[in-house]
Formats: sequence, structure tokens, C-alpha cells
Amino acid sequence: MSTPILDELTVGDVIAEREFSLTRDSLVRYAGASGDFNPIHYRDDVAASVGLPGVLAHGMLTMGFAVQPVVDWVGDPARVVDYSVKFTRPVVVDPQDGAIVTVVATVGALEDAVARIDLTVSFDGKTVLGKAQVRVALG
Amino acid sequence: MPVNPELQGRVFPSAPPYLVGLEKVREFSRAVFATNPIHFETDAAAAAGHAGVVAPPTFAVVVQEQTLAQLLSEPDAGIDFSRVVHGDQRFRFSRPIVAGDELTATLTVTSVKTLGPHAMVTAESTMVDASGAHVVTATSTLVVRGDE
Repeated sequence: MSTPILDELTVGDVIAEREFSLTRDSLVRYAGASGDFNPIHYRDDVAASVGLPGVLAHGMLTMGFAVQPVVDWVGDPARVVDYSVKFTRPVVVDPQDGAIVTVVATVGALEDAVARIDLTVSFDGKTVLGKAQVRVALG
Repeated sequence: MPVNPELQGRVFPSAPPYLVGLEKVREFSRAVFATNPIHFETDAAAAAGHAGVVAPPTFAVVVQEQTLAQLLSEPDAGIDFSRVVHGDQRFRFSRPIVAGDELTATLTVTSVKTLGPHAMVTAESTMVDASGAHVVTATSTLVVRGDE
């Protein structure tokens, strides 16, 4: 896979779009891999007891997969030099139907040898991450 | 107990070194739906010039977690974990984390702000490798909800 060329990019270009299908299994797998065993991410009774609408995906799981379309586009994960998000809305994962989260990655700015890719991450028609920005080194 | 404003500027003792394992990187990579072979195959990583399989960008949270645990258990911090919401997160890399790295993380509380009954605590975990060279800085803002 060849590395994208900075000079060939234009602000506003959509460089990747992808849909992620989360299930409760995805949350348990992430809990184990990350060591975040907060029960609001796998127990309905605990989620309900603290007033949540249901079991939620870990914010860090959403942040973790939302960057993957950018990693695939750029070819080498080592080119990601800065990645930041704000957690603005929860992703509720239904025990049977799961949750579909969509990611659209757009060129947000072109800096010296670095492209800023802005992510629009949505669930149920609303964005769940704010100001999600990935800086990739293309020099 | 409200969040202690004197936390601002506090630097914690470094956490014990974290040894980044090949299978842990693979496990984490699968959990975040990563597919790039550089995350899974040592040969693919070597072909791209890396000393080991490369961890996904957010893997640093696993190491950062140890330092946040220090903050949450600090006796005078006044942070009730059951009231903490993760507000934002950032990773700034000097180089990617690779399998075989031994990372030492040090947490600094960079800011404590109060907003009505709530508090926002920003903490920065700086991670260096075995040679002392900077690898990544992970920054989290934790929102601690107070009584409305």
C-alpha cells in the first residue's frame, strides 16, 4: 500500500468511510484487552442503577476503532503523531441488536508535512465524539 | 469531599515499568477492530522499519491507566470514582509504541477547574522508554460530577 501524498490532498476530501458493528461481545473483548472492567460496560443492572439508558461502549473503545480507517488509509500506524477526541454522547449497545457506529474521515487541514484528519463519528444519527482529530505525518 | 484544588501541579511517583508484550498488542488490536498487519505480524512491522509489532494509537491508555489509578486513590484528591466521567483524551507521540518496549509513565495534574458543583481535572501521563527517551504523552480530562 502506498502512502498518501500531502500535495495531492485538499481540505474537505473524504479519505475513508466505515461502519462498525458493535455487540456486547465487542465490549467484553475490549474490557479484557484494555483492563477497563467498569461494569456499566457489560451489566444492564449496574447501568440502570446509575441512571444510564443501557450498557454503554467504553469511550476509549470508540476512540480506538474510530482511528482505524485513517490507519488503513495512511498504511502505517506509526504515522499517527497526535490523536485527540472529546466524549460527547454515549453509545448504547443493545443486548440483541448491538450498535452501529459510522466513521467518516475528512481532510481538515494541511500543515507542514502533517495532514489533520477530522473524524465524524455517529451513532443513531448523532455524533458521539467531538473535535476528533488525527494528525498524520506524510513527510 | 470536593476535588482538592491543590492537586494542580502535583507530580506523582513514576509507575512501575510496563513491558509491552506481542500477544497483548495483538489482543488489543483485535479489540479495536484493527486489521493492519503491522499490528499483528513481526515480519510486516520489520518490513516497515519497526523493532516490533506496532501498538494501535490508543494502546497507550493501558499504560496510562496505572497512573490514573494512582490519582484516583490519592487520599487527599477528593475524587469519587463513581462520579467520574471521561471528558476528553489526547495522545501525542514522539514515536509509536512497539512490542518489546519497557515504558515508564509519570503523571502530572496539569489543571483543576471547578464549574459550579462539578470539577474538571486534567492529568498528563508522560511515557518514556528504557533509554529515557519520550514515546508518548497521554492526556485525560476527567469530569467529576458534584451534587446538583
